[in-house]
Amino acid sequence: MSATGEKGAGAAPLLEIAGLHASVEGREILRGIDLVVHAGEVHAIMGPNGSGKSTLAQVLAGHPAYSVTAGTVRFQGRDLLAMAPEERAREGLFLAFQYPVAIRGITNAYFLRAALNAVRKHRGQPELDPLEFMDLLAAKLKAIESDDSLTNRPVNDGFSGGEKKRNEILQMAVLEPRLAVLDETDSGLDIDALRTVAGAVDRLRRPDNATVVVTHYQRILNYITPDAVHVLTEGRIVLSGGKELALELEARGYDWVRAEAAL
Amino acid sequence: MTSIEAQVLQPYKYGFVTDIESDEVPPGLNEDVIRLISAKKGEPAFMLEWRLKAYRQWVTMREPTWANVKYPPIDYQSIVYYAAPKQAKPKDSLAQVDPKLLETFEKLGIPLAEQKRLAGVAVDAVFDSVSVATTFKETLAQQGIIFGSFSEAVREHPELVERWLGSVVPYNDNYFAALNSAVFSDGSFAYIPKGVRCPLELSTYFRINAAASGQFERTLIIADEGSYVSYLEGCSAPMRDANQLHAAVVELVALDDAQIKYSTVQNWYPGDEQGRGGIYNFVTKRGKCAGRNAKISWTQVETGSAITWKYPGCILQGDNSVGEFYSVAVTNHRQQADTGTKMIHLGKNTRSTIVSKGISAGQGQNTYRGLVKILKGATGARNYSQCDSMLIGEKCGAHTFPYIDVRNSTAIMEHEASTSKIGEDQIFYCRQRGLSAEDATSMIVNGFCKEVFRELPMEFAVEAQRLLGISLEGSVG
Repeated sequence: MSATGEKGAGAAPLLEIAGLHASVEGREILRGIDLVVHAGEVHAIMGPNGSGKSTLAQVLAGHPAYSVTAGTVRFQGRDLLAMAPEERAREGLFLAFQYPVAIRGITNAYFLRAALNAVRKHRGQPELDPLEFMDLLAAKLKAIESDDSLTNRPVNDGFSGGEKKRNEILQMAVLEPRLAVLDETDSGLDIDALRTVAGAVDRLRRPDNATVVVTHYQRILNYITPDAVHVLTEGRIVLSGGKELALELEARGYDWVRAEAAL
Repeated sequence: MTSIEAQVLQPYKYGFVTDIESDEVPPGLNEDVIRLISAKKGEPAFMLEWRLKAYRQWVTMREPTWANVKYPPIDYQSIVYYAAPKQAKPKDSLAQVDPKLLETFEKLGIPLAEQKRLAGVAVDAVFDSVSVATTFKETLAQQGIIFGSFSEAVREHPELVERWLGSVVPYNDNYFAALNSAVFSDGSFAYIPKGVRCPLELSTYFRINAAASGQFERTLIIADEGSYVSYLEGCSAPMRDANQLHAAVVELVALDDAQIKYSTVQNWYPGDEQGRGGIYNFVTKRGKCAGRNAKISWTQVETGSAITWKYPGCILQGDNSVGEFYSVAVTNHRQQADTGTKMIHLGKNTRSTIVSKGISAGQGQNTYRGLVKILKGATGARNYSQCDSMLIGEKCGAHTFPYIDVRNSTAIMEHEASTSKIGEDQIFYCRQRGLSAEDATSMIVNGFCKEVFRELPMEFAVEAQRLLGISLEGSVG
């Protein structure tokens, strides 16, 4: 079974996961993940609760609570697992958190500029002063069709669920990652918020970046058309297909996949 | 081991010792030692009388034990109560000050030489028991402002000292204040005349150097009607294995329409990771808004000391007077802090604001203890209190004891409190955006302290943020 999308076939992959096993507090959650993502592609990772979707996202970002027990992950040809979380971020890996964390007393604009400058410094680009940054931020807000109501509020502090998710996408727009992993960005959003957030992600698609959408439901994929859909159960990708697979999952649930996988 | 527990400690930067000959009295305390101190300073009779009264009171008092701190008993007879660098007799010019002393303060970032002085800040430098230099004295004198060492004030303005000394913190106020009243050796004195807005920040830098000595300084600031002064206090001490006692008293008096802004960045040696050494900082600080519309504002950033015991407070006597307390207290490793404020409302329409931020890391214990008292005559009084605690790691503690005593039904009291934790998730979130763990910690902590830092004068705000970074280095990785 191939877990490769079609568009980038032939070129060197952006992300290459092989035989990945990971555990948390001694419990094995990922039991051999293989996945290849090329630039320009959108992959959806779907699966029932507890299948390991979020763990995969956290492991890619390097959360210290998870330990990788076997397998390899290459990101732009480099060993991703050997990098510290901040190095992964500076190299262009972005995780939109399922539960974004609040930081009191620090405005979004300040936080974003610090983050962007850390990334720019890593890339050998000059750091932006506050005025230059405000210009860039205004352009990014426009690109994702968002207003500036979040920028001068403390990071995620007192934000509604929808505001938090919008804020994640704003950060993604500013940091311009090569690979964005969206961890259940659709959860807890009403239909209007979902359209806003998913629409923004879709506008950020470029031939040189890729997106991995981790989700339980098909509905976000109405706005972000995936090149490949993978079903994760019990820590393994058991089925991969095109966008129609997502619709089938929506209609039939996950049980039949599990049943087939067991055969 | 989680990354929060990892990392190494940055050594205390101010821990060096100045090699200078010291004129000390023998260890121990009795009436003869007090007479000796008073004689060394050439004090008038009223001062000696006051000291002896305080001493006689002190011997009948017991050391307080109610604070949430633990330390072995202090042997008051093994402490040296007076230590002065030799040749530091009354100095008419910097040329007469021992170059070693100038060098010491230079190393601490407090240049005293004319050409290097800090712009906009007049500094009184106190080394062990004596003031060694005061800058910009003449500039200030042109506006009638008196600023310099306490000893000098006793000699040159005895009438002011006699009138106001002990008027806010009486000699028998508490155990440590009584001890200070008996043996205090120097400190700063400032008087701002009617209607004068002090053009410079006034600042005192306290340095303990001698090994077995305690430091007992006394500061008295009087803001006459309609005047304004901003005062900064900084301090540090060498690293030593033995604990040293610092028992200071600060008294502020604000008359009608006067304003005093008092800021402290306290960076006494905190001891090592195992809790060896460090300063016991047992300090009584109090301001009295004696007149109408007076305002006293305390801002403190407490990062040093093995043990901190201090409650800068305000007596709001004048109608419409205002008291403020903004505090950041950090305890890392084995440090203990029991700190807070007392706001005593006597006058009508008096207002007070308390914003306290406690940060505990390592095995540090941080206690906020505050009293807001609204007396019968204080019609229309208001208080707003906010106490926030932040925990870094698993072994530290935060405690809050807010006492409220209201005897007038028109009072409006608001109290908010929160406890939060810097967790792996918060740090990880920042790292995922490209920030290092150190930058993430410093950003989170600075965000937490923002409401206090914005009250500090500019030069201090930068220093405070930097110090906070150093104090917490080694707590998060």
